[in-house]
Amino acid sequence: MNLLQILHDLLFDYTLRTVALGAASIGIVSGALGCFAVLRKQSLLGDAISHAALPGIVLAFLLTRSKEPLVLMLGAVAAGLVGTLLILRIVSSTRIKYDSALGFILSVFFGLGLMLLTFVQHMPDASQAGLDKFLFGQAATLLQRDVVTMMALGAIVFLLVAIFWKEFKLLSFDPEYAASLGYPVRGLDILLTTLLVVSIVIGLQAVGVVLMSAMVIAPAAAARQWTNRLGVMVALAAIFGALSGVSGAVLSSLTPRLSTGPTIVLIICNVVVVSLLFAPNRGLIWSWARRRRNRRQLHQESVLLDLYTLASQHADMSHPHTTAVLQAMSAGQTDAGRNLQALAGQGLVRAESGGWSLTTAGAEEAQRLLSAASAPAGAERISQAMQGEVGL
Amino acid sequence: MNAAQFQIQLIAVLAASSCALLGVFLVLRRMVMMSDAISHTVLLGIVLGFFMTGDLASPYLVIGAALTGLLTVTLVELLFRTRLVREDAAIGLVFPALFSIAVILVSRYAGQVHLDTDAVLLGELAYAPFDRLVILGNDLGPVGIYLMGGILLLNLAFIALLYKELKLATFDSGLAVTLGFAPALIHYLLMGLVSVTAVSAFEVVGSVLLVALMVAPPITAYLLTDRLPRMLGLSVLFGAAAAISGYWLAHWLDASIAGSMAAMAGLFFGIAWLLAPQRGLIAIARRRKQQRWEFAQTMLTIHLLNHEGLPEAWQESRLEHFQEHMRWNPDFTDQVVQRAVSQRWIERVNGHLELTDEGRQRARVTLSS
Repeated sequence: MNLLQILHDLLFDYTLRTVALGAASIGIVSGALGCFAVLRKQSLLGDAISHAALPGIVLAFLLTRSKEPLVLMLGAVAAGLVGTLLILRIVSSTRIKYDSALGFILSVFFGLGLMLLTFVQHMPDASQAGLDKFLFGQAATLLQRDVVTMMALGAIVFLLVAIFWKEFKLLSFDPEYAASLGYPVRGLDILLTTLLVVSIVIGLQAVGVVLMSAMVIAPAAAARQWTNRLGVMVALAAIFGALSGVSGAVLSSLTPRLSTGPTIVLIICNVVVVSLLFAPNRGLIWSWARRRRNRRQLHQESVLLDLYTLASQHADMSHPHTTAVLQAMSAGQTDAGRNLQALAGQGLVRAESGGWSLTTAGAEEAQRLLSAASAPAGAERISQAMQGEVGL
Repeated sequence: MNAAQFQIQLIAVLAASSCALLGVFLVLRRMVMMSDAISHTVLLGIVLGFFMTGDLASPYLVIGAALTGLLTVTLVELLFRTRLVREDAAIGLVFPALFSIAVILVSRYAGQVHLDTDAVLLGELAYAPFDRLVILGNDLGPVGIYLMGGILLLNLAFIALLYKELKLATFDSGLAVTLGFAPALIHYLLMGLVSVTAVSAFEVVGSVLLVALMVAPPITAYLLTDRLPRMLGLSVLFGAAAAISGYWLAHWLDASIAGSMAAMAGLFFGIAWLLAPQRGLIAIARRRKQQRWEFAQTMLTIHLLNHEGLPEAWQESRLEHFQEHMRWNPDFTDQVVQRAVSQRWIERVNGHLELTDEGRQRARVTLSS
């Protein structure tokens, strides 16, 4: 199947269009809100919220006997909020740690939801069919009205984030400062958490309770590597989320027996891996190359300083010294010959019949290094720098 | 109660006790979310083991699960060590990824075989009695009893043999390193046991509820005691109680047994959270109230002491004066005075207050401390 065909289906095939639109909305909303969660060290709260929402969905159905997406989602939001507030209350009122409280609410609410779900399923009428799709997510069963509800809720979430942008930014990076400026930190905290709950609930039907946490964390973790600015990060996370959503939906529609939720999650996880490796500045490959460059420069400087130290003992600063002497001075920390070649390339030393001698530029450079750092020379300099590097 | 019901409850109690024992250390070592991750990723080990052996009951599945558990821990640590993501985010990235791979493998290749994600996540205890252990034609009872009994013994042996090491590594890992113990080894052993317990219990309780049984009983016990042996004992007790009461709740509602067990474990925690003698919400509220009265009474005695024997003492010790001076409302003032009088810190003398010896002593002690 070629790209044009896929594009055509995306636009005109009802099922694929609905699923792709739904997955894109989920990716955008959870990606954007996930940034705040990740920055506020609440990465796993999403996991707890998505599990905690289950009893809310079943209770909403039990109370109203309706399977309107909005009704079920409101139930889910209510239960997710109750779960979150209970986590915070447990942590603040007892010595139980945050991770235990998270795991407790996550599993007990899920168990309660499962109990209610099986209770409802065993009831005589069949009107409850389909509630269990929230467990594992069935993107293929998304209907147009589901997607419309998801998009409407997502739009409200985005509107509120835009209105309270400055406040949420401050809350995420420096809540104490926000409090000292007189912002209602507690209220903002509850609002932002509610928006996170809503963004998670939007995705439950398509992605399922278990995998929803990845939709919150992964786009944000990927976006974080490319930028230091919150606005760019939120936009990037939304784009990553949307792209993964759509490509996951397309891929699983093209391949038989490939569920949408796990496919989307694997795609977004790959985006994370690529970002961790290749992102400029923060990426692993960049920092590896930077470290290598620094180390090489450090070694060259140390050899240059060794040569300067030796030359200072002579009246003539350009007195040559052999590679073997310089190698001995480096105390096995580096290959003196290779560094001398590199220094010669920069015009700092010169090869002569009796070995290597400093050029005028080399002597000046060595003096500059010494006065700049008043640091130890040679081997000691390398080993100190290496220790610093290990401790980074 | 028939034999099948008894067997189900026995399996549930064995599983809950195994989880509760390990859970104590997970809670104390702040590894709960890691065990949550492992309980999901063992699915990958089960699936891969199943593909290699073609048998869901193969012991290799346990090994596969233990290996994926360790793989999870290692991947999380690798990710975390890049310092590009926090540890919690690393957990939240690794387990959905591995779980997704497992789900896709199951749906694409396991086909018609009895291996579905529902069973792993949710468990179905009701079928456990029908899976019998038959050796040489003798029916020795449900496999689940032997399996969970074996896991319980394994966990008990681990804790009994390495009790000292576990305790030290949990409460003072720095000291453990300097004394030559290997807290890292203990850490990996514990994570390995979590994986083995998870894979053995998945048919019984499912992975999410496994976490309920690992967290809820230990944190309930944590509210009631400060001593590790007592915490282990109470934790097993709450786990077993949740298993049995959960079974009967499920029986009554005709609902999922595992879900009801988790709900009961949550209920027990809720009760302890409210009523625990030292750390319960009610105890905390009562202590706060008590402290508030005591503080007010002490303020009263200090005020009286400050003005005692001075010309303005008569003026300063009028009842109405406290309402103005301390900004106490009349009701509160009355109550404070009444309490102070009944504890013989002060005496009422024609509408004025005078310190007793004890009250004077009280005020002096507070001022000098």
